[in-house]
Amino acid sequence: MAVTNKSVDVVIVGFGWTGAIMAIELAKTGLNVLALERGEDQDTVPSFAYPKVVDEIAQSARNGLLQNLSKTTVTIRHDKDGRALPYRQIGSFKPGTGVGGAGIHWSGVHSRVMPEELRLKTHTLERYGRGFIPEDMQLQDWGVSYEELEPHFDRFEYVCGTSGKAGNIDGVMMPGGNPFEAPRAREYPLPPLKDPPTSVLFAKATKELGYNPFPLPASNASRPYRNPYGCDLGPCNFCGFCSDYGCINYSKASPQTTILPALRAMPNFAYRTHAHVTRVNTSADGKTATGVTYIDAQGREVFQPAGMVVLAAFHLHNVRLMLSSKIGKPYDPNTGEGVIGRNFCYQLINSVNTFFDKQTYINPFMGSGGVGQAIEDFNADNFDHGPLGFIGGGIIWGRQTGIGPVRGIPLPKGAPTWGSGWKQAVKDNYAHTGRIEAQMSNMAYRGAYLDLDPTYRDAYGEPLLRMTLDWQDNDLRMSEFFGDKLNAIAKAMGATSASGRVLKRGDHWDTRAYQSTHINGGTSMGTDPKTSAVNKYLQSWDTSNLFVLGANVFAHGIGYNPTGLVGALAYWAADNIRSKYLKSPGPMAAV
Amino acid sequence: MSDTNRRAFLKGSVILPPLAALGVSSASSQQTPAVDELAASAPAAATPAADDYKPTYFTAPEWAFVQAACARLIPNDANGPGALELGVPQFIDRQMGTPYGDAANWFMQGPFFEGAPEFGYQSQLTPKQQYRLGIKAIDAWCAKNLGRTFAALKPEQQDDVLKKVEAGTIKSDEAPLKTFFSGFLLKNVMEGFFGDPMYGGNKNMAAWKLIGHPGARADFMEWVDRPALYPYGPVDLHGRQA
Ligand SMILES: Cc1cc2nc3c(=O)[nH]c(=O)nc-3n(C[C@H](O)[C@H](O)[C@H](O)COP(=O)(O)OP(=O)(O)OC[C@H]3O[C@@H](n4cnc5c(N)ncnc54)[C@H](O)[C@@H]3O)c2cc1C
Ligand code: SF4
Repeated sequence: MAVTNKSVDVVIVGFGWTGAIMAIELAKTGLNVLALERGEDQDTVPSFAYPKVVDEIAQSARNGLLQNLSKTTVTIRHDKDGRALPYRQIGSFKPGTGVGGAGIHWSGVHSRVMPEELRLKTHTLERYGRGFIPEDMQLQDWGVSYEELEPHFDRFEYVCGTSGKAGNIDGVMMPGGNPFEAPRAREYPLPPLKDPPTSVLFAKATKELGYNPFPLPASNASRPYRNPYGCDLGPCNFCGFCSDYGCINYSKASPQTTILPALRAMPNFAYRTHAHVTRVNTSADGKTATGVTYIDAQGREVFQPAGMVVLAAFHLHNVRLMLSSKIGKPYDPNTGEGVIGRNFCYQLINSVNTFFDKQTYINPFMGSGGVGQAIEDFNADNFDHGPLGFIGGGIIWGRQTGIGPVRGIPLPKGAPTWGSGWKQAVKDNYAHTGRIEAQMSNMAYRGAYLDLDPTYRDAYGEPLLRMTLDWQDNDLRMSEFFGDKLNAIAKAMGATSASGRVLKRGDHWDTRAYQSTHINGGTSMGTDPKTSAVNKYLQSWDTSNLFVLGANVFAHGIGYNPTGLVGALAYWAADNIRSKYLKSPGPMAAV
Repeated sequence: MSDTNRRAFLKGSVILPPLAALGVSSASSQQTPAVDELAASAPAAATPAADDYKPTYFTAPEWAFVQAACARLIPNDANGPGALELGVPQFIDRQMGTPYGDAANWFMQGPFFEGAPEFGYQSQLTPKQQYRLGIKAIDAWCAKNLGRTFAALKPEQQDDVLKKVEAGTIKSDEAPLKTFFSGFLLKNVMEGFFGDPMYGGNKNMAAWKLIGHPGARADFMEWVDRPALYPYGPVDLHGRQA
């Protein structure tokens, strides 16, 4: 090894949402904490300053803030017998890079998890019986309960200044909130954002249809706010450059706006950019992580020794680092044995554009990433799945995220794609178009997994992560059910027509069009080392001074956006590291 | 918020962590280095559409094709100027000189295989190469079948050729024409038409005015809950109004 650095107590790989949370929570104990980030340093000023950042060509068309795929990417195939091809251009999902990670260009929808989803296997067996679970579906419980996580959901929401309306405070139903909400200890830190036109129409229509609309919780601040770390947020002005963009107004919660000002002030914390980690180094018996290896800005290989290693490099990179570092047994889809790469899941999105008459102004250029009205009448197990015969659910929303013409102007079915007819159609429709969506869980299947690609390597000579995943019958039948709901809602909203994408039986995962960056699973948490990579404290079963954060620890997909849960799990892990692990290092859960 | 207000707000929001609460002495606190906010927030220098523009990447025959294609894809008509008038050919030529022209941020390592469309772009051609080969193949098809290059055809003939390229019925061994059309030509024309004028297209923000898009205003605090016609015209990244 060319260079060896001075040892630190804790090294954190990746400096996005989870890296920042773990860094500040462990630095508070006085430990020496170092975060390694592969990308650039960036902050609100100068990186996301107005007007520079509100540039659709730079950010949306050229993916200015996203992972540079020429450096590293993944390969994708639909099934284990197919040939995986590289994800050469950004499409279906948008990994971030640089300080703040995807916490910079995310939208801000901030949800929790439904209690029964954390014990979905047990719950499904109890309510529907064994015969209800498709043979190749790998359901399992997560090993952690909603009650254990509640204080950490609360903590993360108060750090983010989440705008919302409680529906259930300690079992007392609150008018105006989500009646399906799992009990929460207190109100959201900020009241809901103002409703843009799409959300007003959506709320009215869904109420008429007998559903229960509520303001979607959003980590886009509705008021000035000071969080528990003393960081200040300013009110969101619905700038319309949210998802894909860094926030110009200190309104969208990000590591930069909610944690880093406090963290940077701590003398026992440091971070290094342009440090691309390629390995977790371990002792000869594999039971102890000794540090990590990274490639620095000059291309040198550097060894960073550490007493404890935390993976916080986003889903894809956390799983790949486990595989390339040979920690834990890789999953084998033929035998169903092994855990690293197991239960890789995504989400399904049905997206319907709603077109209104000339008197109905939507003004889609106004909006905020998280603002909207939603219904959860069909999320998780909020409805009887028995007669429907599928497992899973989702959230339906009328969000108005803010969109400009370079990001694409949706048009009614049959409209020309260019020429004078197209020009007339964009002129007629742009100001009068909204969008409603269903975001649905993708369950875990025996044949959906992650491993290392045998053919393709990245710019560092490392094998790419290979994704094997496609929509299964259970999920597509659910999607058709949601498609019908969306069409009925569009009609009730008064749309003169609707167009869009509803996934149906026979459809495959299309990696070209953006759907969401909510990939999950691959290093599941759980109670059994035969089916999980980490225990309920996100500690590796095999290497006890290694903690693995991110949506990769999900045991299966959920309908919600993941970051509320990802953040809460990071706080939960940090809390247990402080209260248990630091007092007596070693495995924290019995096998 | 007006721009001045926004800057005032940004200045006002210096974030002061309560260091004592964190058990950290303020003497050791690291301050974010001071930056000149105005300079740091400025976009790159504008290169707006110019009347006497000379292409740097495209050859003369290619330039004739790009101009002719722009004039058909977004025509000058009763709804106002089209892609040609708004400088979109210049936008595309300039883009070829950016990292995008060489596919700098795409994974371009082999081996290359064709796959189902769901797996996305699998060609080893960069945007620059797509234009070079695509234009040559379309012009060759036009010369062979219609006796002239694309640019020399009548507008109705040009529309017909573009429709067939889009549908995949005009094919070539030399270039993936359907991909060239939808993944490059049409996509870049839309980008140039609707992108900020600083990139060379959307002259005088005419495309934004056509659809009622306010450009880089990015402040709708007072408007977001009003389902009414937004009354203000667009502003571009360099602060010009139209
Ligand atoms: C467009 C978009 C919209 C989204 N909207 C929402 C939403 O509305 N609601 C929601 O809940 N979620 C949303 N998400 C998802 C959300 O951004 C992620 O869940 C969240 O950021 C995950 O946190 P993380 O810490 O796991 O990863 P990140 O925040 O991405 O941080 C990971 C960091 O690790 C770095 N890194 C990676 N590999 C290495 C390596 N080898 N060495 C060193 N550093 C490395 C990366 O550069 C990055 O900075 C959205 C995502 C995108 C892209
Ligand atoms: S919409 Fe609001 S939260 Fe999003 S980037 Fe704009 S000001 Fe920030």
